[in-house]
Amino acid sequence: MSGRLETALRARIDAGGKCLVPYITGGYPGWVESIRACAANGADAVEIGIPFSDPVMDGPIIQQASQVSLDAGTTPISILHEVRTLDVGIPLAVMCYYNTVFHAGEKRFASDLAAAGISAAIVPDLPLEESGPWTAAADEAGIETVMLAAPTAPDERLPRITERARGFVYSVGLLGVTGERSSLAGTATALAARVKNVTTKPVLVGVGVSNAEQAVEASRVADGVIMGASVVRRMIEGGPDAVGAYIREVREALDTAQW
Amino acid sequence: MVTPGADGRFGEFGGRFVPETLIPACQELEVAFVDAWADPSFRKELDDVLHEYAGRPSNITECHNLSDQLGIRLILKREDLNHTGSHKINNVIGQTLLAKRMGKKRIVAETGAGQHGVASATAAALMGLECKVYMGAVDVARQELNVFRMKLLGSEVEAVTSGSQTLKDAVNEAMRDWVATVESTHYCLGSVMGPHPYPFMVRQFHRVIGDEAYVQCNDLLGTTPDFVVACVGGGSNAMGIFSGFVDSPARLIGVEPAGGAAVGRGQPGVVHGMKSYLMQDEHGQVAEAHSISAGLDYPGVGPEHSYLASIGRSEYPTVTDDEVISAFQVMSRAEGIIPALECAHAMAWIIREAPKMQGKTVLMNLSGRGDKDVGQMMNILGGV
Ligand SMILES: Cc1ncc(COP(=O)(O)O)c(C=O)c1O
Repeated sequence: MSGRLETALRARIDAGGKCLVPYITGGYPGWVESIRACAANGADAVEIGIPFSDPVMDGPIIQQASQVSLDAGTTPISILHEVRTLDVGIPLAVMCYYNTVFHAGEKRFASDLAAAGISAAIVPDLPLEESGPWTAAADEAGIETVMLAAPTAPDERLPRITERARGFVYSVGLLGVTGERSSLAGTATALAARVKNVTTKPVLVGVGVSNAEQAVEASRVADGVIMGASVVRRMIEGGPDAVGAYIREVREALDTAQW
Repeated sequence: MVTPGADGRFGEFGGRFVPETLIPACQELEVAFVDAWADPSFRKELDDVLHEYAGRPSNITECHNLSDQLGIRLILKREDLNHTGSHKINNVIGQTLLAKRMGKKRIVAETGAGQHGVASATAAALMGLECKVYMGAVDVARQELNVFRMKLLGSEVEAVTSGSQTLKDAVNEAMRDWVATVESTHYCLGSVMGPHPYPFMVRQFHRVIGDEAYVQCNDLLGTTPDFVVACVGGGSNAMGIFSGFVDSPARLIGVEPAGGAAVGRGQPGVVHGMKSYLMQDEHGQVAEAHSISAGLDYPGVGPEHSYLASIGRSEYPTVTDDEVISAFQVMSRAEGIIPALECAHAMAWIIREAPKMQGKTVLMNLSGRGDKDVGQMMNILGGV
């Protein structure tokens, strides 16, 4: 049985489209309006970052947004509180580091997410081998845990990752942390192809997908993309309107590309 | 001593909480280390370099003057006499030999006080490896001599301006580098922390301190000391000396700074790849440590310390910056040995607790020399 996130992504894929999942740093000024702007302009789901003091998978832009958010007093609780009333009609996922989960307690965190109407969670520093306590609690609460596959993974590892993934499989686009790059790394499509070979679940490329053109390029192999730093930069520089315009631009590029 | 299994655990602590990208590298490192450690030719090469280059074995020194003043029998393990001036070289020689054996061309390292950075830059020069050291901008300012040393030795030093701009943020930045360069680069982590196999591997590279001290104490005292005392930042010098005495009756004391008391004030948490005691706020954000000593300015601690504390085998008291400033001067004047500010923490605890230890033998790990701290102390003391 698929959860809400996987169901929404499959609907897009089955209709011949490509999935677009933007990332928004929770608690950054204008974040709620930015999520609405994403939903209104063709995002299939939104990934909400819960800021953490030590974000090892994030580059300068998302680090900066996280720090501003933390300095403004954002907490996991304050984010979930606002999400509760945010009825945008598309599934929402959180991206958080494992200490946020561990500190709250796996079970409590999973039920807090469910109570706030969150569909899924991405925990980038929780690899397969350590994921047991969390996925047990998440499965129980109906939260889909997205698993990451990295370019360094040997072939035998990928099926174990896709097997455990719910919602979609996050195919990491490059060796490195989040941030904009001038071109799509060759590893992005190479890994997406390897992952697609071993699963029928939706496969989205994230990290280093930095503009509409790169989104199309990655989606030639994958079922769609997660876009983080390029979205957050627009939120920082131009607020929710700039985010909305950007999501529309990427959506149109994905919808009009010849596959 | 615990040898962690495939899950990298010491009791409930440890593990491997890193981005998926790094999992194969950690697995590869674990296999390579276990293989090398069991290989007599690797062990001989390591011993030879530690002896001929780093100056091992390090002496023990009985401190007659301080012993008289304090009413205890105080013995120092002289890691300050190693090449580059601290215990850090033991681990770095081990890891750089291993990196070469694994075919890596480049190392990255984090550093707090700069001692691990200097040791890494030194070993990289010796072994012909490229080296980049990440150091918090606050620490770059307070340890400028060590920054210059690293550059002299041919390493690149990057000042890290995120977060608290100290050791914890330097670790984050080194990990980010490693995520991007993992195929060619070895992360030369500087303490018994991080994802498995680092806490285990770094402890094995440092246990030479405790193994030597056990024999040296036995020769001098005919028995083991009553107390074994070391400062704790990430906990490598302490794990090194504790290793020789965990199975003895000695009380094991790890001294933390009051502003960076992971075991004393923290609760279990996960950061930098490991589950361990961690100073954090009520939402699980990692707290910023505050210590006069850059090398101890760290909100976490290695997982084996958390384990030893949880089973009651070792104790983790704290001392204040003021007690450390005083101990730094007491040791300098009484013994003619200027300690690093880090191990001045161990000295400070011994001075404070001496009235309760009358007649006891106390082995202290003098993890490094104070040359790097003289400028900072000159500012604090106004030239004495
Ligand atoms: C002399 C000295 N002692 C101790 C430490 C703290 O590290 P650890 O707790 O890993 O021994 C440092 C770190 O910079 C150091 O330079």
